[in-house]
Amino acid sequence: MTNARKALRGVLGVAGFLLVMEALGRTGIIDPYLIPLASTILTGAARLLTNGEFLSQVGVTLSSCAIGLLLAVAVAVPLGMAMGTVPAVERSLRPLVEFLRPIPSLALLPLAMFLFLSGEQGKIALIVYTSCWPLLINTLYGLRDVDPLAKETLRSFGFGSYDVVRLVSLPSAAPFITTGVRIAASVALIVAVSVELVAGGDGIGVFVTQASSGNRRDVVLAATLWTGVIGLLVNSLLAKAESRLFRWHRARAGEEAL
Amino acid sequence: MKTIVSRIAWLWILPVVLVAWEVSTRAAQAVYFPPPSVILARLHELWFSGPAAHVFLTDEAAHHLLPSLGRLVAGWAGACLVAIAAGIALGRSAVLCDVFSPLIHFFRSVPPPLLIPIFMTMTGIGTPLQLTAIVFGVSWPVLLNSLDGARYVDRQYLETCEVFGISRFRRLTRVILPAASPKIFAGLRISVALALIMMILSEFIGSTEGIGYRMLVAQSELDVPTMWTAIVLLGILGFVLNAAFLRFERHVLTWHRGARKTD
Amino acid sequence: MLEISDLTHSYGAYQALGGVNLTVAEGELVCVVGPSGCGKSTLLRSIGGLLRPTGGRVLVQGRPVEKVPDDLAIVFQDYSRSLFPWMTVADNVSLPLRRRGGDRRSRDTAAMEALEQVGLPAAAGKYPWELSGGMQQRVAIARALAYKPALMLMDEPFGSVDAQTREDLEDLVLQVRRSSGMTIVLITHDIDESVYVGDRVVVLSKSPATVVGDLRVELPEPRDQIATREHPDFVHLRAEVGRLVRGMRSGGPAAAETGAETGAEAEADSPELDPATAEPAPVAPKA
Repeated sequence: MTNARKALRGVLGVAGFLLVMEALGRTGIIDPYLIPLASTILTGAARLLTNGEFLSQVGVTLSSCAIGLLLAVAVAVPLGMAMGTVPAVERSLRPLVEFLRPIPSLALLPLAMFLFLSGEQGKIALIVYTSCWPLLINTLYGLRDVDPLAKETLRSFGFGSYDVVRLVSLPSAAPFITTGVRIAASVALIVAVSVELVAGGDGIGVFVTQASSGNRRDVVLAATLWTGVIGLLVNSLLAKAESRLFRWHRARAGEEAL
Repeated sequence: MKTIVSRIAWLWILPVVLVAWEVSTRAAQAVYFPPPSVILARLHELWFSGPAAHVFLTDEAAHHLLPSLGRLVAGWAGACLVAIAAGIALGRSAVLCDVFSPLIHFFRSVPPPLLIPIFMTMTGIGTPLQLTAIVFGVSWPVLLNSLDGARYVDRQYLETCEVFGISRFRRLTRVILPAASPKIFAGLRISVALALIMMILSEFIGSTEGIGYRMLVAQSELDVPTMWTAIVLLGILGFVLNAAFLRFERHVLTWHRGARKTD
Repeated sequence: MLEISDLTHSYGAYQALGGVNLTVAEGELVCVVGPSGCGKSTLLRSIGGLLRPTGGRVLVQGRPVEKVPDDLAIVFQDYSRSLFPWMTVADNVSLPLRRRGGDRRSRDTAAMEALEQVGLPAAAGKYPWELSGGMQQRVAIARALAYKPALMLMDEPFGSVDAQTREDLEDLVLQVRRSSGMTIVLITHDIDESVYVGDRVVVLSKSPATVVGDLRVELPEPRDQIATREHPDFVHLRAEVGRLVRGMRSGGPAAAETGAETGAEAEADSPELDPATAEPAPVAPKA
């Protein structure tokens, strides 16, 4: 019952927001030329669903994100496992990580544009670079959370260190890694559209650039609306998967950033 | 003493990487990877060889570096203050929370770069664009986290306030704000990185000054060392901001780590 | 000081309090015991004004309770969530004193005095989480003392500390009561504790709770953890309270011998007392 009420309030909030925007536009308080009417944006958004070009551009952006994320997982998680289980590796690499991590990924964009002949590859490279950090940090964080008693229990039963990693460390770090994937996914989307806006190629960013140079603000905002919806969906799906898969453990990983 | 020495000793990887970079780029004659020595020389010449009266900043640096920094700090700080205040106000009311949460979650999920073209048509090119972009990028995660933090303040804290008749103002500043601060800081941490991204991007797309703009010019002129100086500067900026932020957070949230450890 | 008449409270369909009547005189230390989940906390929260009961009346100093009365302090069971971890011990104690007026210095002195009373003057500059559980609860008590309430409510104040600390804190409460003359209502599920600390022990039935026993404790003062607990009256009272808590009829041989028990008429024909009809208490929903 409380959930239904909550949902109802949320719906009212969204509807109210749209109505207010519509009214502000219609009465001319907000120039409908600058920000199109809510109704215009919504119908535009509905039309985009049958717009083949838009859909294929969305596909490009999402596939870049997915490829970049997979590569990042393949790089960052093993690295994090190595750092988290062998203290010497962690101590050696830590300063490097601390120096590289805060570098804003977009600062590397001009370099990536030089290095990769295809814009697609440069985009993916930047996505990998950005997504690696939250994954790495969360993996490390998760490994630090492993109960030493659990490890010692296994050792006392004669398991080797490989088994300890496989049977204890990885499962206990898994919720944190999943949180890392969720954070990385939202970051990846931001980096992907940024690269598309600046460097061109294909993707939602390019679609938006074209629409805005054709002065179709309604289309720009409609495309932005869908991108937000996609981001929201991906995030809540991953969050749901997290809480479903790891009911035994509520990951406390801080939302480590970009 | 010994710990300091050993801590510094663990930084061995940094000089090793630098030397390796220097040697390998010299050997390979890589066009896009100038040796660090070249980058450093250019960095000095381009940005930091100015008169002592200007803290050694060159005109170039004053023209590009300072506006970037000013907009970054002003936009970030302003947006954070407003977002924290709004988040706490909303978070203290269950109804407002339910009404606004879906909207805020949605805006939080929109990749802020996509709105830069729209902002540009509203503000034109220049400082207003950068500020708008940074403010929009920063606001949502901070708002969301502040709202969350204020909403889930432990009921017993509030009951304690009620029992001891602590005034509304003091309840807000001495209890709700500190109780929400771990969450708020989580939002702020994300916002620092987002602010940097939005600064660079909006300078790439719509500016005639700033580090990002200068970087893109260098790239289009195939002036690789200058481009690298901008990368290094942005890297340093990111590093310094992050370090300063973490230090601040550690200072403010000492109690949080202490209290958690003993739980 | 405190008058409760026909107090009832329900959480939805679940009735926690089934008509509680209780009067506490000025300066009394009354312990309320009852089986777990019987609505003791609901009763305390109704007295404290943290909860609006669905029926009945609570008067504190003759005035009906609508919000938290000015002259009332509560010591909660969970000290870690009632002391603010971001403030020092001294700030925690002095924060509520702003309501009492006075400048910063007088507040600080009052806080220090209270901390001295609980034996923790050295902890003033520390943070609560740097102290042990028992010390944190002492700080919570000091905060209530500094506030100088006319009525102090304690909700299972020693439920979360170890046995040794518990005894120390019980003695602290007795000492505080002696020196301040404050009226105290202490809620506990521990029968020994209620007899050891209280001037009166009020026994609640399983929910819906009613008062099924009201016994005056007349033990030699000052009370002592070893001697008092050996005292035959203590042993008999404890047995008596134990029987009442378990829902058995009082007036067994032990009670008859001592005659220490007084208000037994209250439960004479309460159906709740019959173990055969008593239903298992559902767990009170914590809103």
